[in-house]
Amino acid sequence: MPRLALRVYGIVQGVGFRPFVYRRASALGLGGWVRNRPGGVEIEVQGPERSLHAFVAGLTREPSAPARVERIEIERRAEQDAGPFQILGSEAGNGARPSVPADLAVCEECAREVDSETGRRRRYPFTSCARCGPRYTILSGLPYDRARTTMDRFPMCPACAAEYADPSDRRFHAEPIACPACGPRVQLVAAARDPMDPGIRSSGSPDGALREAAAAVLAGKVVAVKGLGGFHLLVDATSPDAVALLRRRKRRDAKPFAVMFGSLDAVRGACRVSAAEADALRGPEAPIVLLRRLSPAAARVAIADAVAPGTPRLGALLPYTPLHRLVLELVGRPVVCTSGNLSDEPICTDASDALERLGGIADLFLVHDRPIVRPLDDSVARVGHAGVELLRRARGFTPLPLPLRIDAPPILALGGHLKSTTALFFDGQVVVSQHLGDAHTAEGAALIERTALDLTRLFRVRPERIACDLHPDYAGSRIAEQLAAAFRAPLVRVQHHHAHVAACVAEHGLDGPVLGLAWDGAGYGLDGALWGGEALVVDGASFRRAAHLRSFPLPGGERAMREPRRSALGLLWELLGEGARDHARAWFRDAELGPLFSMLARGTGSPRTTSVGRLFDGVAALAGLRGAASFEGQAAMELECLAEAAGERAGYPLPLRASAAGMPAVIDFGPLLDAVLGDRRDGVSPGVIAARFHAALADVAEALAAASGLGRVVLAGGCFQNALLAASIRERLTARGVEVFTPRLYPPGDGGLSLGQVLVAARRGTD
Amino acid sequence: MRELIEHVFLPAFDSAALSARHDGAVVRLGGASLAFTTDTYVVHPRFFPGGDIGKLSVYGTVNDLAMTGARPAYLSAGFIVEEGLPIGELQQIALSMRAAADACGVEFVTGDTKVVDRGKGDGLFINTAGIGLVPEGVAIAPRRVRPGDAVLVSGDVGRHGIAVLSVREALAFEEPVESDCAPVAELAAALISSGIDVHCLRDPTRGGLAAVLNEIALDAGVHVEVEEAQIPMEPAVLGACELLGLDPLYVACEGRLVAFLPEAQTERALASLRDHPLGRGAARIGRIAGEGKGSVVLRTRLGTRRTLDLLSGEQLPRIC
Ligand SMILES: [Fe+3]
Ligand SMILES: [Mg+2]
Ligand SMILES: [Zn+2]
Ligand SMILES: [Zn+2]
Repeated sequence: MPRLALRVYGIVQGVGFRPFVYRRASALGLGGWVRNRPGGVEIEVQGPERSLHAFVAGLTREPSAPARVERIEIERRAEQDAGPFQILGSEAGNGARPSVPADLAVCEECAREVDSETGRRRRYPFTSCARCGPRYTILSGLPYDRARTTMDRFPMCPACAAEYADPSDRRFHAEPIACPACGPRVQLVAAARDPMDPGIRSSGSPDGALREAAAAVLAGKVVAVKGLGGFHLLVDATSPDAVALLRRRKRRDAKPFAVMFGSLDAVRGACRVSAAEADALRGPEAPIVLLRRLSPAAARVAIADAVAPGTPRLGALLPYTPLHRLVLELVGRPVVCTSGNLSDEPICTDASDALERLGGIADLFLVHDRPIVRPLDDSVARVGHAGVELLRRARGFTPLPLPLRIDAPPILALGGHLKSTTALFFDGQVVVSQHLGDAHTAEGAALIERTALDLTRLFRVRPERIACDLHPDYAGSRIAEQLAAAFRAPLVRVQHHHAHVAACVAEHGLDGPVLGLAWDGAGYGLDGALWGGEALVVDGASFRRAAHLRSFPLPGGERAMREPRRSALGLLWELLGEGARDHARAWFRDAELGPLFSMLARGTGSPRTTSVGRLFDGVAALAGLRGAASFEGQAAMELECLAEAAGERAGYPLPLRASAAGMPAVIDFGPLLDAVLGDRRDGVSPGVIAARFHAALADVAEALAAASGLGRVVLAGGCFQNALLAASIRERLTARGVEVFTPRLYPPGDGGLSLGQVLVAARRGTD
Repeated sequence: MRELIEHVFLPAFDSAALSARHDGAVVRLGGASLAFTTDTYVVHPRFFPGGDIGKLSVYGTVNDLAMTGARPAYLSAGFIVEEGLPIGELQQIALSMRAAADACGVEFVTGDTKVVDRGKGDGLFINTAGIGLVPEGVAIAPRRVRPGDAVLVSGDVGRHGIAVLSVREALAFEEPVESDCAPVAELAAALISSGIDVHCLRDPTRGGLAAVLNEIALDAGVHVEVEEAQIPMEPAVLGACELLGLDPLYVACEGRLVAFLPEAQTERALASLRDHPLGRGAARIGRIAGEGKGSVVLRTRLGTRRTLDLLSGEQLPRIC
């Protein structure tokens, strides 16, 4: 009888793929075996030709939800004595590198077991199987098996051990297998806020703990829940008081919170959900998905206004662990679900740490005794033109690799400063770390270093090049300098916007020159200025600055991030000089204007920038929106929402002006500002101003593409979190026959920098 | 600048006193411990609220001597005068230097003057050097800083930098800020003579409090933690910094000292400092939290922990 040897590549480890193969082969009466091998799965099957055919065809069709087959190599083999099909132990130690699975949302079968009234895992918060549950968050080493996870402290009971050893069971080799008899348990801990209180109290049985936690949420309290990758803070999303309490305690003014709903149907009670959005919500990655809210009249549930003020969108997610399912079921209404951290610090993963750091925020802590190896935030997605687009890449996606077919030595990239990630390139693939948060906190910076080293240890790769941003004071750059010395590896510094464009080039596997529109808040330019409105012709390791936004001063530098009025002042100063004073009275007290104008006149504390992000801020302030922002990008977000509501309008004039030979062309915001001021005088609404502004940017993108003569344009940088901007530019350019590429599974903002740095550093040796 | 010192001057001039990384050197001469230091002053403008370049050139050097635990005694003065500097101005500066020297009980004993062509100098450069006597038994040095030490500052920070900037850049702040320019030798002497085991002293000048903390953290191999809420700052300085987008912890002082001493002696040390008019605003701002590789962390009013990095040059925005 014929015999085939197959090598299967893709996401096939840690997702129940071997039991799936076993069941297929057994059902078809085939003999042979399956085993994990580094980088994939190896199968030999023997049987009638027709059955072999059916077997191979079945593999390529969607095998089982989280698994994904990318490629199969098939060879004929000589016939052997074949008994019944078997699952063999992993092939180890041939030097190739193992793959690491991502954490997976609870599957339907496990959910049913948890929900059922009977069965040994009924209401058990840590139910999982070979196709769902924790992976990356509990993994301490490789290859991935129970001994190298934080489950090693929970010896299996006989019932679990039997399932684990049974190839026909859904839990065959499911490393996080557990049940109430042998697995992790929840516990409720109260934070002692009263100084006279001796400390911490625990209460009740596991089920009692869940009930008490749910009751506390319903009573308007803040409950911290230790979940998969760290703590969340939960409050009743329908209670304005509870949401206000959370905002007050977390000192977070207006930045939108995500909301966890008990079911897809519940989401539909508050938001419009397309079929693609429903798929994204229910998928094994289960990210937070940005949805459009229903009007109050159409909504079945009233989410408090303070949850996501000033935006028609809402970040929604479904319970992705049995623990969250049980809590949501008991609460019976949507809950705000935000990272358990102090503003901008990394998410807490450890109970004692959480009690200390979140003690002033949460009233109760629902904790469990399964340690979390590494913090992992929820991913944030929206469904756009080409499907899921990630704005924050973490749970469900990390650490799945991106193939990068470049011959280069191993590279470690340290990313940026805010919304940071690190990345490791080896064996023709890049693994980008989860979103790590902001590095201006000591914990954030330490986490960047820890994660970079974690990647090298996990994949057993010694980097031979280190990559980082050009900015000398980014935490990533400083860590990179130390690691370059420690690994005795050369350091490659990559310009910020070059990296933004390169990230998108890497994701789409593009070759040859592209025009990259890299628009963001700011990044360190080759000339030491703050770039951020760049049109770069990028070709591998090199780039040419084809055009940029006309530069303007930013009085107060970094302060401008939270004060759009400073951007407005800088723009007007550039245009009108002293004439800006009258306009500036709208935003500043007279006593402030004197020093501010002196600063501008002398350039003191007023670095020059070409940032489109700051142009957004300035226009928002000019349109009368806001002078101060409680988080970066707030003004831009509001401008986007207004523009969307106002509908399409003709753009303001925003000419692209040629410069002297060899110099970049300049996007002149002068006529645009003039027109905005005119509209303001004429009482034109902020929405119309916003729409005209967006259209002007699309116009200039078209002009930039035409001037470059290139047929491929990449949109990258934080400004392209703005869906309207990205969509309108895409539409314009596509109509001109230009191909447009936007970031999809790697964020457009600084979370993508490490990926771009890897590509540039890899190519730098070869170009 | 630290790089210049590290890579050019330290290797070239290599000596035991230099590698102690003090504000001034302590050397043995004829059986006595002498402190010896020098500094060059290039401040712009030459006159600012609360002081002038002359006063600064005296206090700066006297303070550096005092930070070794020495009693300052004698100074030298070197002038590089650009042709065209009004003689009256030079006179005024000289008198100011004399008054400053009298105020600290030190004497000018030698000096030098050069005149350079117009355009070859920046109006006036002053170099002063000073010597002082280190009392027997006093051992103050970065290497003595250890985990468990408290960190004290003698008053509010950031004034000098803002005062100078406000004149130089014609920034008419709502509330004017005066430089803190003052001699801290008496403060230091009082602290030491009160029997407190002072491990190290530093006067935060260029780079402000953050620079001093970083230097000590690095040179002593420790981890420093300070509390934002405990660091004295004047509202006027805060307001100016807010407008300018500066972090007051990085802004220069010229009349403050930072002391590192055993935690148990904190209260006595604060009492001793507050006894003196220049130490009224003294406060304990943090502690040496452990061994380390030179990290300095600020616990903010929000409760988060921010790294106080040594920044390269001006404060370049890192936002995106
Ligand atoms: Fe950026
Ligand atoms: Mg000095
Ligand atoms: Zn499952
Ligand atoms: Zn069990």
